[in-house]
Amino acid sequence: MNEPLTARDYKSDVHPVWCPGCGDFGILNALTKAMAARQLPPEHVALISGIGCSSRLPAYLTTYGFHGVHGRALPLATGLAVARPDLTVVAMGGDGDGFSIGGNHFMHACRRNVNMVYLVMDNAVYGMTKGQASPTTETDWTGSKLTPAGTHMPAFRPLEIALASGCAFVAREFSGNPNGLARRIDEALDYPGFAFIQVLSPCITYRPEQMGYKKIVHDDFEPTAVRTEAMARLLDDDGMTTGLLFKAPPAPWQGDPVPDRHRAPERVLRVGAAA
Amino acid sequence: MTTDIGTQPETAPAAPGTPSNTLSIAISGSGGAGVMTVGELLLDAAARAGLYGRMGRTFGPQIRGGEAAALLRLSSRPVEGVGDAYDLLVALDWGNIDRFADEIPLASDSRVLFEARAGEVPEIIARTGARLLEQPYGEIARGVRGGRSNLVVLGQLARILALDPEVVRDAVRGRFGGTAIDTALAVLDLGLDRAPPIDRPIKRSSAGATGGSTASLPPATPRWNLSGNQAAGLGALRGGVRFVAAYPITPATDLLEWLAVELPAVEGHLVQAEDELAAVNMCIGASFGGVPAMTATSGPGLALMLESVGLAVAAEVPMVIVDVMRGGPSTGIPTKSEQTDLDVAVHGLHGEAPHLVLAPLGVADCLFTTQWSVELAEALQVPALVLSDQSLAQSRLVVDEPPVRVSPATRRRAEAPGEGYRRYALTDDGVSPMAVPGTPGGMHVADGLTHDPRGRPSSRASDHSAQLDKRRDKLVGFDFGDAWGEVDGDGSLAVITWGSSTAAVREAAARLRASGRAVRTIALRLLSPLPVEALTRALDGVERAIVVEHNHSGQLHRQLRAAADWPCPLFAWHRPGPLPLRPGELVEVIDARLTACSPPEETPA
Repeated sequence: MNEPLTARDYKSDVHPVWCPGCGDFGILNALTKAMAARQLPPEHVALISGIGCSSRLPAYLTTYGFHGVHGRALPLATGLAVARPDLTVVAMGGDGDGFSIGGNHFMHACRRNVNMVYLVMDNAVYGMTKGQASPTTETDWTGSKLTPAGTHMPAFRPLEIALASGCAFVAREFSGNPNGLARRIDEALDYPGFAFIQVLSPCITYRPEQMGYKKIVHDDFEPTAVRTEAMARLLDDDGMTTGLLFKAPPAPWQGDPVPDRHRAPERVLRVGAAA
Repeated sequence: MTTDIGTQPETAPAAPGTPSNTLSIAISGSGGAGVMTVGELLLDAAARAGLYGRMGRTFGPQIRGGEAAALLRLSSRPVEGVGDAYDLLVALDWGNIDRFADEIPLASDSRVLFEARAGEVPEIIARTGARLLEQPYGEIARGVRGGRSNLVVLGQLARILALDPEVVRDAVRGRFGGTAIDTALAVLDLGLDRAPPIDRPIKRSSAGATGGSTASLPPATPRWNLSGNQAAGLGALRGGVRFVAAYPITPATDLLEWLAVELPAVEGHLVQAEDELAAVNMCIGASFGGVPAMTATSGPGLALMLESVGLAVAAEVPMVIVDVMRGGPSTGIPTKSEQTDLDVAVHGLHGEAPHLVLAPLGVADCLFTTQWSVELAEALQVPALVLSDQSLAQSRLVVDEPPVRVSPATRRRAEAPGEGYRRYALTDDGVSPMAVPGTPGGMHVADGLTHDPRGRPSSRASDHSAQLDKRRDKLVGFDFGDAWGEVDGDGSLAVITWGSSTAAVREAAARLRASGRAVRTIALRLLSPLPVEALTRALDGVERAIVVEHNHSGQLHRQLRAAADWPCPLFAWHRPGPLPLRPGELVEVIDARLTACSPPEETPA
């Protein structure tokens, strides 16, 4: 009963739909390690996801979870975190879910700064629909039958967008380093605001070249609390730098409501009542 | 310019068909002229004097400077809807009057009071034959430094109605603060002294009324003065809603603004979302956490929300969505009313997703219907759509204080779940005990994917049909009791209606009954699942029925025809907005159907 919880205790018996070798396994492992490190009671944790390969993750945990519709993990998590500040809320999903169909929510969740962790498992491709370009796909990637001549659009830069939108905990990690990612998730869970981690997570089926990530990621971010420094650091970033980029005290969310037991909403509706 | 200033006080006759104890007044002017202020003050003063009344609003799309009118109807007896014509029109100016003159029908015995400096009386007003009485509003107001014309109008109308001036002053004191009070009261007094020679008190129908003076006794029982949006907000609070997320949209926004003040006082939260997609999902998240949640929107916002309403159906998460309907489709007429979203509310979800759709039957009924919707949504773990509309939401009504209804916590919780907990267990009534996060042993994943009873994704045919059955059965097997609708009168002709159309239907039926014609009215509050058995019983003895609604295609009529074989033929009568349904036109519609020897052809669906 009082045995310490291990990472295994957070894993359910549901078998992942992911391809063997998928980067998302590393993220699942890191997340369960981080929760074990904090000895979080599984019933106090809620994993909120949208649609996509990575959004299947809540089913593989023994915590509470919500597998919602495409692109809306952040608002659903926001509602839960605001209504139930006693819970540990983790929103997660893929790059399409978070940056394309849910891109608007990403910016506003950064601004709103409600206490939660947001993990984007970024493989720069739509895997579940079998290999289309995502917002983070390189301009010249011609591997999709839907955009055989490339995307003709620059890749979305999530860290810059997060910084510009007011996010005060911005990091990038690599699924191939689950211990480092677990430590970063642990730190993000400690942070009393909206914490965003972009996790580079290779898709070995549609982007097999991403298996080379492990050779090119480099742990070079030096954390800063100065937003302009963080932004400047990204100007010549190759997208493969990992670590904590920016961490500053959170601007508080609107806060807890103040109860007023003497207030009666009926009073203002009554004819002849004092205004 | 035709002007007619009588020298002797005269009693203006009531508009045709209007009870003599009722008076309709329109006050128009450009936005910023203060017509809504004077309308609200007059309604407040009349309510303090013991009268009932309503005030609707009409305005154009402009934020400032557009046309606006306060549309009042005052009576010694409770009123719900608008009348057929206005006894009095007060025009502070003629700006853009042609855009909304058709919302202010005038009869030849109506009176028009207008600002002398406003220029020539527009043809659209002159041709009504109403008597025109030029008034020097601006000149009178200038008698007080900083004085404004609208309070002169208030004084004049108070005098015409024979309201006790002190009651009117109380209303003014309740509205203004600081030095503005003194200015306002001084201008009010000028208006009281310079009223035109029209005498139109509203006599109390009960014993004890003194002739020639509007009853000024404070009412024996407390009265409320509330809008449909406030009533819906209060219903949500009383029903237990403690989380609201929404995106601003006309005409739902003032409901949200009201809750933004009231919710924190009861430790609830209101979040302004970045769009309606976010709003509905925030509500789903909060409700998943065990906190009853609501959003409010209008047609365009509802359209954006519908995918996630389907998620709430599949994941069995309760929530309430108040759709304050406005003219559609698309952006439509944002500031005007229409019962245009019934089809999308009932049938707009992809897949087969049973849920609740309800409609308040009047301004004050927004309280009951919204509160009941929260109870039903929670009890059945399903989203409930409440179809209010602009005419309910943004009209103020003076009513007897509504009864307090205590809402039990109706969500069935899994209090001590453990090994093998099944979030979507197949139960006798289709409702499965719900564990909310924080409950040990109740961990599960709520899912929009087809799932098995434990909530695990499944594409098995047996799981699919079992969960489809469960979600259907929990609604159709539920006992909704007597609140499904309201039935009045008897007779072999019935008028079936819903939502805001109920007021005009009831007033038309009352007039017909007063002339000895039997008419039954059936107003549906529950629209999905359709209460087929209850409605069939209500139609017992009815030979034909007309379905009356405020839209272009007869949406309820079509849905009724599709839903069941009814014991009598159903005919359709419907008309789109923005003009409100008026009792007089419905008297003609119903009368024609009553007198028809053989039923004419049915309106094709």
